[in-house]
Amino acid sequence: MTDYALEVTGLCKSYRGFALRDVSFRLPRGYIMGLIGPNGAGKTTVIKLIMNLVRRHSGEVKVFGLDNRAAGREIRSRIGFVYDFPCFHEDASLDDHRRVIAPFYPRWSEEAFERLLREFELPRDKKFKALSHGMQTKFALVLALSHDADLLVLDEPTAGLDPVFRRELLQRLSALLQDEGKSVLFSTHITTDLERVADFVTFIRNGEIAFSLPKDHLLETWGIVRGDERAVAALDGETRKGLRRSPYGVEVLTSNVDEARRRSGPGVVVDRPSLEDIMVLMTGEGNRAR
Amino acid sequence: MKILIANSSPDPIYEQIARQVKSQIISGDLPEGTSLPSIRRLAQELQISVITTKRAYEELEKEGFIDSVGGKGTFVAAQNADFLREKRMKVVEERLAQAVDEARTLGIGCDQLSEMLRLLCGEES
Repeated sequence: MTDYALEVTGLCKSYRGFALRDVSFRLPRGYIMGLIGPNGAGKTTVIKLIMNLVRRHSGEVKVFGLDNRAAGREIRSRIGFVYDFPCFHEDASLDDHRRVIAPFYPRWSEEAFERLLREFELPRDKKFKALSHGMQTKFALVLALSHDADLLVLDEPTAGLDPVFRRELLQRLSALLQDEGKSVLFSTHITTDLERVADFVTFIRNGEIAFSLPKDHLLETWGIVRGDERAVAALDGETRKGLRRSPYGVEVLTSNVDEARRRSGPGVVVDRPSLEDIMVLMTGEGNRAR
Repeated sequence: MKILIANSSPDPIYEQIARQVKSQIISGDLPEGTSLPSIRRLAQELQISVITTKRAYEELEKEGFIDSVGGKGTFVAAQNADFLREKRMKVVEERLAQAVDEARTLGIGCDQLSEMLRLLCGEES
């Protein structure tokens, strides 16, 4: 039986002008999942619901097999998070934050905290508001990594970071996964961050899960077929996941590249999609009605 | 063990890994009993996903190139040299058969194909 770090089932939530509908996905323990989707698709809302920071209308969230409402306290102490929304005191120093935050975590490590501050070159007596945006994100990461968390929940952690640090962050995540008991949920719209290290990719679009799949499966079985209107006409139905027309031809995203190769007419070219291609083709025009 | 991953390659990463490990076992660069990094270690070092390295190792194990010993790690399995060579020959044959098929659909005849092959082998025609 697979052991899940996170199980989200049938989650619904609506705000004015936005609804999250029947969101379900599972993250097996020991792996990294990327949560991708355009801005406003509902990534942050899903994360807030996982952390039980907002009320849901229906659905269930289990973290480490425990209900996140019944066992909220235990769960939160075992999660390291980086939010995309502010949750720090502007006028407090980094060390003040530590003093307030550390007691919430039974497995807080002073040593890890010190080491990470040093490695990320963050001065502990500095006020939070004196840090640049990138440094603020780094500090949030330091806190998330200082208490031996079993699950890291990162909401757009790479936004505002330079490529060098983004790469370093990814390295830290895979270092963390040397322990099979650790898992990571990582939301981002910078899909290249996930292209390599993510084990699973969950794509959320207009408040619904478009897919939640192992990344390798996705990148091996999906494809982009480009050709003229007639050549790609037969590529419709279930496996057609996106379509884009240009004055020079049509681009079809398919979830079964072998079948698409057989069914398309002459003169088409077939490409491997990147996660970005998938995201763009599944959100672009021509898919709204679906 | 040397592994070079080409992101631009049409071959999936797990296949690239499996193929490179295989050819190092066949060439003797990785002799019998050599200990391989764990699935998670390899994923970290190559900065790729754990599922990918797991699949590469599963593939290698299925084909009898490596053994995983529970709790101890993964090791290069004992290999029979003739058997290995035969296996590799088979790979070459399969690839050639693919090329022949592809050529047929383009209407390229046997002569033209052998010509191409000679050129690729570096022989002047």
